[in-house]
Amino acid sequence: MSPPLTPLDPLIVLEDVHAFYGKSHVLHGVSLTVGPGEVVGLLGRNGVGKSTTLKAIMGLVPASRGRVLFGGRPITGLPAHRVARLGIAYVPEDRRIFRLLTVMENLRTGLDRQGVDEAKRKRLIDKVLEYFPVLGERRNQAGGTLSGGEQQMLAIARAMMLEPKIVLLDEPTEGLMPRMVSQIGTIIEVLHREGVAILLVEQNVPLTLASSRRVYFMEKGTVRHHAAAADLEVGDAVIHQYLGV
Amino acid sequence: MTAAGLVDDPSSAGTGRGGTSAAPLLSTAALTVRFGGLAALNGVDFEVRRGEIRAVIGPNGAGKSTFFNCLTGVIRPTAGRIVFNGEDITGLPPNRISQKGIARSYQITNILPNATTLENVRIAAQSRRHAWSMLRHHADFRDLMDRSEAVLASVGLVDKAHELAANLSHGEQRNLEIGIALATEPTLLCLDEPTAGMSAAETHDTMELVRRIAEDLTILIVEHDMHVVMELAHRITVLHYGEMLAEGTPAEIQENPRVQEVYLKT
Repeated sequence: MSPPLTPLDPLIVLEDVHAFYGKSHVLHGVSLTVGPGEVVGLLGRNGVGKSTTLKAIMGLVPASRGRVLFGGRPITGLPAHRVARLGIAYVPEDRRIFRLLTVMENLRTGLDRQGVDEAKRKRLIDKVLEYFPVLGERRNQAGGTLSGGEQQMLAIARAMMLEPKIVLLDEPTEGLMPRMVSQIGTIIEVLHREGVAILLVEQNVPLTLASSRRVYFMEKGTVRHHAAAADLEVGDAVIHQYLGV
Repeated sequence: MTAAGLVDDPSSAGTGRGGTSAAPLLSTAALTVRFGGLAALNGVDFEVRRGEIRAVIGPNGAGKSTFFNCLTGVIRPTAGRIVFNGEDITGLPPNRISQKGIARSYQITNILPNATTLENVRIAAQSRRHAWSMLRHHADFRDLMDRSEAVLASVGLVDKAHELAANLSHGEQRNLEIGIALATEPTLLCLDEPTAGMSAAETHDTMELVRRIAEDLTILIVEHDMHVVMELAHRITVLHYGEMLAEGTPAEIQENPRVQEVYLKT
């Protein structure tokens, strides 16, 4: 198996990123890349630093060492709202739906920014409702009353309102029923077709292999293995090594 | 092992409350915890023998933390029973359970940062004593200090005894936390991710530490690092959606196709 091709002109680059929670050393030098429009999987067991890697990109956890580049430009140390404005959207594991706001209100929170006129708002909302008709059916329903899968869909749709160049997806299938898991696969395809890059943190191996072009495996706060998704199968020893028991 | 006498001697188990050494140290029967409509634990029957190192594993949301919280009295089970040392401890508050001999170290470090390492251990050791005896006998204080120092020796922190706990490294703080648990003279020690956030070297040292203290103790460990689990545990219990999925030796668990399916979500 030859090492997979990394993009020549990457959208996101992490170089030897270290991070701490208090004294706890969580990231021990994470290096990875995501190309424009590329879907990249980040696999590993609980507690290996996958979510923290996404937070370090967003500036929600400071990188104590190393660099994060976006479009070749260092963004290490930028606050999260500035990172988001550059075109990096983040869908955290707990989704952070506004439970008391309706589906439409949730979507509109992503539209209250400069340079979005009424026509553009309509265009963006129409597009996600076309992709996710369920959200249209539930447009006036409070976010908190949606099912887990629908909330995940809403969280991703809301991220799309920012017209991001990349979406950081943190375990979108966590806690979802198997039927909803395949729906998440469809949503990832939709984003990919739109040309949006995705860094997908997951523990669901089949979904990640089916959705991603390349996959990184993390262990103990660092990337231990890197492969083209097409070269991997669920039963492979390497998968067992980093995710199995 | 310097902490000798801190804990029950397995060979004397038959003489204590709770019958013969063949009886499990801890058992749960149909242990169930519901949060609203969600069963975080659903009818778990579980047994640990004296002297065992038992790992409890399972994917996110399997119920591992809820299980620990039940055993240590943080959560009252909705149904079922917990028997420890032959005694029904179901529904007892955490302080009473601690006095019965179940100690716990937390996932998030839980120390007094502005006390010294020794003081942290001594305060925990004191919780085991009657307050009046402290006031009456200076000798008891001496005894307490000796015991605290023995605990520090067992967790490798003697030379940091007079250091403020805040100044210890992360790995040392986690080991101090194990020392705090040991100071309460437990029979059963529950360790919640003892190697989280540690470097490879610190992880190795903590594994050695756990192995050492396990000579005198029964240990339950929740851990995601499979190397740690496979190296340390005599037996492994796998939880999944609040139910017991499998139980066996590390080799048996590694060969169990259902366990692999659950972990790889196939």
